[in-house]
Parts: sequence; C-alpha cells; structure tokens
Amino acid sequence: MNLTVDLLALQLFTGVALGAIYVLLAVGLSLIFGMLTVVNFAHGAFFMLGAYAGVWLADRTGSFWWALLLAPPLVAALGMLCERWLIRPLYGRGIDYPLLLTFGLAYMMVEAVRMVFGKAALPFDTPEALQGATSLGFTDFPTYRLFVIAVVVALLLALWLLIEKTPFGLIVRAGARDPVIVRVLGVDVSRVWLVVFGVGTGIAALAGVLSAPLQGVSPEMGTSVLTVAFVVTVVGGMGSLMGAVVAGLLIGIVESMAVLFFPEAAKVSMFVIMAAVLLLRPQGLFGRAGLLA
Amino acid sequence: MSSALKRTVPASAHKMDRWLQQVGLHRVAATVLIFACLPWVMPYPSLAINILIYGLYAVGFNLLFGYTGLLSFGHAAFLGVGAYTAGILIAQHGASWWWAIPAAVAMAALVALAMGLLAIRTRGIYFAMVTLALSQCVYFIVYQLPASGGENGLRGVNLAEVSVAGLKLNLLDPMQKYYFVVVFVAAAMFVLSRILASPFGGVIEAVRENESRARACGFDIERTKLLAFVLSAAFCGLAGALNAIHLSSVPIETLHYSTSGMVVMLCLLGGMGTYFGPFVGAALFLGVQDLASAYTENWQLYVGALFVLFVLFFPKGVWGSFLERIRHGR
Amino acid sequence: MKSAKLASTLLPRAVSAVALASAAVLSHAQTIKIGLPVPLTGPYGAEAKDQVRNAELAVKQFNDAGGLHGRKAELLVRDDKLNPGEAATRTLELIEKDGAQFIVGGLSAATQLSINNVTRQRKVIYVSISQSDVINEPPDASPYTFHEALNPYMTTQAVGRHVFKKGMKIAFLTADYAYGHEMTRGFTRVARDVGAEVVGEVKHPLGAQDYSTFLPRLKALNPDVLVFNNFGADNRIAIKQAGDFGMKKAMKFVTPILTYTARVAGGAGVYEGVVGGTQYYWELQDNTPSAKAFNAAFQAANGGRYPSDYGAMAYSAVKSLLAAVRTAGGTETDKVAQALRSAPYDSYKGRQFYRACDQQSVQSVLLVESNAKDAAHPDDVFKLLHVEPASESLLRSCQELGFKG
Repeated sequence: MNLTVDLLALQLFTGVALGAIYVLLAVGLSLIFGMLTVVNFAHGAFFMLGAYAGVWLADRTGSFWWALLLAPPLVAALGMLCERWLIRPLYGRGIDYPLLLTFGLAYMMVEAVRMVFGKAALPFDTPEALQGATSLGFTDFPTYRLFVIAVVVALLLALWLLIEKTPFGLIVRAGARDPVIVRVLGVDVSRVWLVVFGVGTGIAALAGVLSAPLQGVSPEMGTSVLTVAFVVTVVGGMGSLMGAVVAGLLIGIVESMAVLFFPEAAKVSMFVIMAAVLLLRPQGLFGRAGLLA
Repeated sequence: MSSALKRTVPASAHKMDRWLQQVGLHRVAATVLIFACLPWVMPYPSLAINILIYGLYAVGFNLLFGYTGLLSFGHAAFLGVGAYTAGILIAQHGASWWWAIPAAVAMAALVALAMGLLAIRTRGIYFAMVTLALSQCVYFIVYQLPASGGENGLRGVNLAEVSVAGLKLNLLDPMQKYYFVVVFVAAAMFVLSRILASPFGGVIEAVRENESRARACGFDIERTKLLAFVLSAAFCGLAGALNAIHLSSVPIETLHYSTSGMVVMLCLLGGMGTYFGPFVGAALFLGVQDLASAYTENWQLYVGALFVLFVLFFPKGVWGSFLERIRHGR
Repeated sequence: MKSAKLASTLLPRAVSAVALASAAVLSHAQTIKIGLPVPLTGPYGAEAKDQVRNAELAVKQFNDAGGLHGRKAELLVRDDKLNPGEAATRTLELIEKDGAQFIVGGLSAATQLSINNVTRQRKVIYVSISQSDVINEPPDASPYTFHEALNPYMTTQAVGRHVFKKGMKIAFLTADYAYGHEMTRGFTRVARDVGAEVVGEVKHPLGAQDYSTFLPRLKALNPDVLVFNNFGADNRIAIKQAGDFGMKKAMKFVTPILTYTARVAGGAGVYEGVVGGTQYYWELQDNTPSAKAFNAAFQAANGGRYPSDYGAMAYSAVKSLLAAVRTAGGTETDKVAQALRSAPYDSYKGRQFYRACDQQSVQSVLLVESNAKDAAHPDDVFKLLHVEPASESLLRSCQELGFKG
C-alpha cells in the first residue's frame, strides 16, 4: 500500500474530525468535574439521550436544524433536574457517591430509552444541505464532518467567551478555585453548579445530535463513547478546558494515524497514552496539581 | 463484657447488639454455616454457586475499597487473570485443580503487583482511571493471545471429577460442585478474617479514615496500599478460577470494564467495609436480576433504580445498614 | 343416612379428582422441554424476540398435531443477555432446575460455544442457531452438538461464487474477531479459485462507531468490490459511512450476511445496492412449497408479517428437533441424536440434512440485494437474486476440519 502524502493528509484530517467529537465530550465532562468535583458516569447516557432527542425532534419538526438547536437545551434541563434532586444530596459525602449514583443513573437512562424507542438502532439521515463531499484540494472529504468541526469550533469559542468574559464565567472560575470563599462572598454556589451541570450535559447532548447522522442512533451508543470521554478528560487534566481540546485532538489524531501503521493497537493506543501521561504527570497535561479527590 | 462497655441504649436493642457481637467473634463459623445452608434456599444450586463466586469477587474488591478506601475500576483484570490462568492450565495443559487454582491466585497477585507499582503513586479519581487503563491493557493482551480464544472465549475447562484423599466428587452434579466451591470460599473467608483482625487490618482502615494522620503515625502508606492491592487481587483471582471451573469456560467479558463496574455495584449494595456484606450484595444483585429478567426485559431499569436508591438512602448497603441499626438501636 | 349419601357423592368425585391430578402431574413430568437461551436484552433483542416467536410456532404446530402420543412440547425461554457467562448459567439452570432435555439457541459465536460446552459435558442435545465456523471443529464439536445455522465458510463460498469474477479486485473491511477472520479466510479462498485478486484488508475493532479512519486506506486500494466482513451495528454503520465518503459510486458493496434487522435499522438509502447472503428470505415461497407453508403459518400468527432470517432458523431448529423426537419415540438423548443424524428434513426452505462428521446442516444459501426504496409492506426489503443449492461442496471437508474419515 502506498503511503502517499495525500493519504497521510487525509488520515490526519480524519483524525481531527474524530477528535472534534472527543473534544465536545471531554469539555462537558471536564466542566462538571472542575466545578462540581463530580465524576459524571452518566455522561455517555446524556450523549445518547441527546441523539435520541434529536431523532424525536427531527421527526416532529421535519428539520435537522431544529433538532440541533432544541435537543441540547432539552437534555440540559433534564440534567439540571438530576443535579438538583439526585446529585445535590450527595455533596460532602465524598467523591465516590456522585460517581456511583451517576453510574446507576446511566443504567436507568439507557433502559428507559429502550422502553420508549425500542431496542433496535434507528436510522438518521444526514441533512440534505450537508450531504456529499467537499473538495479540500488533496482529497474529497464528507461535508457533514466539516460541518461538525465548524460547530465544535464555534461552541468552544462561545464557551471561552462565556467563561473568560462574563460575570457568570468569573464565578465559575472562582468557584473552581475555591468554592468556600465564593460562598462566603454571598454567591449562591449551588445555583451556579446547577447551571454548570446543565451546560455540561447540554454539550454532551449536542455531541450526540451531531453524531447521529454519522452512525445512526442506538441505546448502546453512549457506553462506548464514555470510556473515550474519560480518557480524553483525564489526559487533558480534569477541570481544564484547554486540556480537553488538546487531548481530544491528540487522541483523535493518534488513533487515526495508528490505523495506518499499527492497526491492531489503534483502539488501545488511547489507554497507553492515558497510562503514560498519568504516570509521568498525574494531574494530566493541563490539570492543576491540587485538584484531586 | 464489663459494664464499662455497655452503651446507654434501649434494652431490646442492647440484647441484639450483644448477640451480634457474639456472632461477630465467630464470624467465620457463622459464614460457613450460612454457606452450607444456601443451596437449599436457592431455586437452583448454580445460582448459589454464582452468589459465592461473585461474593468472593466483591470480598476482594471490598478489601481495597471498603476497608482501605481505594476505588479501583480495574478489578476485572484480576478476576480475568485468575480465570484464564486456571482455565488455560486445566483445558490446554491437563493440569490438575490442586495446583491450577493456587497458580491462578498467584498469577492474579503478580499482575496486581505490576499494576500496583505503577498505580499506587496516583490518588483518588486518578487512581481509578489508571486502574481502568491498565486493566484495559490486560484485556487487550489476553484478547490477542491465541490460547485465550479471543472473542470466542476459552472453552474446555472440563473438570468433571475431583478426587481428594480417596473421596470422589462428581462436579457435574450441581450440589457436589457447590460444596467443592464452598471449601475454597470458606478458606478465603477465614484468611480474610485473620487479615482484618491483624495489625495490618487496623492500618488499612486507618489509611481509609485519614491518610495523612496514618502517615504521621509512622506507617509506610505506599507499602500498605500495595499490599492491600495485591491481597485484594488474590481473592479476585480465586473467584475467577472457581468461575472458570463452574462454567467450564471463560468468556472474554470477564476482563471487560463493565465487570469492574459490576463489582462496585455489588459492594455498595451489600455494604462496604463489612465482613459479610459482599455476599449479601451479590445475592441481592443476582437475585434481583434473576427475578426481574423473569418478568420483564427491562430489568436493567429496576436494577439501576435500586442502585440509585441505595446510593441516596442506604449508602451503607443492605448489610451495613442492618448492622448499623442493630449497633445503634435505631 | 346423610353421611352415606355424602360419601357416595364425594368418593367418586375424589377418585376422579385424584386421577385427573395425577394424570396432569404425569403428563407434565413427561413434557418435552426445550430450553431457548437467547439475548432478549442487548443490541440483538429484536432478532432474539423473532426467534422466540418462530420457535413458539414450531412448538405449537407439534402440539396441535397431537404431540408425541399426547406428550406436549414446552419452550422455556431465557435471556442470556448476549453474555457467554450468563448463557452458561442459564443453560445450567435449564438443565438442573427445569429439567430441559434439549437446548436450542445462542445468537453470538461466543454464547453458542459457551452453551455448547455446558451441554456437551452433560450429554444434552444442543442445536445452535447462529453463525460460527468453530463449532464444527474439534474440540468444540461433539455427537450432541448440531449446527442448524449457516457457517461463515458456506456463506462466503456462496456469495463469492456469485459475485467474484476473474480479474476483479477485492478489498475487505474486517471486524477484528473470529467471525470477521473466518469470513476473510473463506472469501480469500473463493477469490483464488475464481481468479480474482485480493488487493488488501483493513481490520477494525469490534464495536467501532467511527470508520472514518479506516475508509481512506480502502479508498486508496481502488477495489472493484468492497466486502464488509462485519455484523449487526458494525455492518450498518460501516456501510453508511463508506457511502458518506462517496465510495459506493466507485465500487460494489458486498457483505456476507445481509440481515433483515440491519437493513431496517440502516434504511433503504444506506443499503441501496448492497448484495449479501442470507439463509432465508420470504420471497423463497415462489418456488419452494415448504417456504410457502411456513410463511402462511407465521403470517396467520403474527398479523401478516413475514418471518425474518434469524427467526426462521429458530423455527427450523425446533421443528426438526421435535420431528426427531417423534422418530425416536421419546426424549432419550442418543436415540434423538441418531434420528437427527440419519434423516434429511425440509422445515422451511427445501431439503436439509446434518452432515455426519461435524453435524453441520447442509442447506441452500440465498443471495439478496437490498431494494432502493421502502416498499408498502415493511418486510419487502430485498430482491432475491440467486439460490445457491444445498451441497456439501459449500462446506470445508471433514479432513480439513480435523475429523478422521
């Protein structure tokens, strides 16, 4: 097989597109952990829920665009309900309890979706406007995947603006550094946490809707994606958004290139990276040293 | 039992408490008694065997999580290594059980030593993630080994007959198989009892309660954690070996991270940091699963809901809450 | 006076009650029990449920015809959750607690092998209804193991002979596990026999959800035919994404097993033009009387729906098993096994028989192509291209499998 520059470039670009979804997932997870110190084991389930919400909305409205717009807030609302009634009672009991709770919650969510939508996978067509391929010079690339990259970039920009430039973002940053002081200063931290959890799960849902045209939807789609999300978050550093972006792209590209050179090891490559990073730099690439359990 | 030890609680609770303390002194005997009676109350012996095996798996995990306070997401690796070691030795090398099983335990302990040396330096959630990553590597390695059968699993672990000191046991008879398994699990529980009663048992609980204070008291925390990790793996390895013999095969799912997740559930449902809790958790989980799947396909909803309820309201698990009630008369 | 009257009315009633009760107990004790462990929960729940429906039809037909001198058959359905350990436990439960004399089931290769290991040791007949090459080979094969389903080798020979032509370039996208490897092996052999060239293979991990990293390499190989050696969700997603990358215009998409459920989940657009093999499609009824009868019976019981590929296998397995029980005159294992081995049967698609050395059911393989659009009837998804007739030439030889003679 010829390893032409074109093939290498295409594979690299594919890695970036793959990484884009990983980044979305990791950002949500990192946000929730960084702010609430909650390890959200239901993150994959929210991803899946987003995809199904997309299917349902697309069915009702007949348009992919409405689904894309409305599914994340819908799921975010559910996420906030979960935070308020299921996770909030567990704060202060130690880091393990919210983790365990979200673990059980994931089981319930997957089964609930099976009961409502059926066990079989459902098709989801790529929207007309985004079908086909675009020429990138060195190759043709599926238009829809380019769209996904564009959406992710836009979202990251919006998130950055939110966190760096708004008062709300200031509270988020302060709360991540020292929640006690923030409370002493009179800020209702629990309300902030509620919103952050909503934003985190909303982003996961967005990733789900974006993934639906790529692979269809099935109740199990969240479980495999969860491991990747965790690996990327941990490698990047839990609580760091920059870390989520860098790690997501890194892992996407490594996985993609590994397929060309060491195909059998492609899937395990991310675990090897994770183990290596954690052993050399336990807090992840961009994580803060003190932010541990 | 001098009056100085008596607490000011209602008289009736006090009696139960005293009775429980008496039982606690003979916990190994009590456990063996329960094991002996178990198959008679279960609908079929293989379910009882599964409870024993998964209970033992949870016991191993409990030693690390419940008693030492370290949450690991990679314990499936030890269950799997134990199962595959015993399985490969019996199925492909004609080994006899009396050294295949100890070999499985030793192998699991060795893998834990290797993993532990790498993982112990991390703490909290990172420890959980490292153990997850390393166990995924173990999964990958075993999957690729031709001897393991890969996706098809390892078949042919056919131990039909066992002779011990002139006594012949037919392991195709479910009841005889059950009592064969009981011997090992009971022995393991005896060893566990000795570990918990030893000074080491005190140290690991100290590490769980307040690591820096334990360190200040002069204990070698890293070595303690590593030893707890290895011992925990040994119990899981034994459970794996017994499972291989019980099912006559080893599925690759044994090494999957969902099996690691399962043991966390078992431990929480039963009661972390208790001696008998893991078996209660295993019985509850397997029983609910069995019962629910007989009535509905959506049993995962009920198991998940049960788990969520426990985390919210009964974090000490069934057995733990029960003990708590007795001890404090509430 | 009163007591005598009471006794004269009560006594005969009591006697008949006892007689009835004991007859019920006796006939229940003599029920022919078939255990059916299938993955009702998990990704193949839909196939499993269809298998249950079909198996129930076969049992009902047997019972309605009088059973075995009044002895009825009973189907014991269990959920194996697609987990081999769970499948083994369910099988133990069926044998130990429920007293099942026969086991039919297993939907993945791993679960059927694990079930087989349990039944083999206890000398219980097991009829497997899922693809696997391994179950035909020692050490898994046994006198009590019967394989009703197609195996990868047969499927590849049939599909390959129909699709591959001399000089064609073939590429594989293979799921990296036993099923995938077996398919590649089979297709490679056919390609060699026909004179086609295998230009390359890309392996993907089982359960991959994104194939974008594998497709560029395949595209660069420039094949005439791209064979998707994977199953279920993998098959559906891979074909969809390959289509997204524009590859369908340049090459023919072929897959060894084109299942009804994958086609429905993927949709007409995704599967348009894809050619594959299957062991049953209802359109067979145009030329095959047993298919016509089977379809009619299934439709009557299931609101006009046609039986699916995997479901039909379950029907055939249970039907031929019960026929063997009738021939043997009872449920004694060795007699029933002998009856299964010795006679051909025609449950639903024509003549089939179990080959002596490995007890693989020799049967026809169907070639289908997916329709471009959804039709009025929800089951009208394929076009039947060709029926490769039942023949031992589709199987690997007994010697090659490791059997002596």
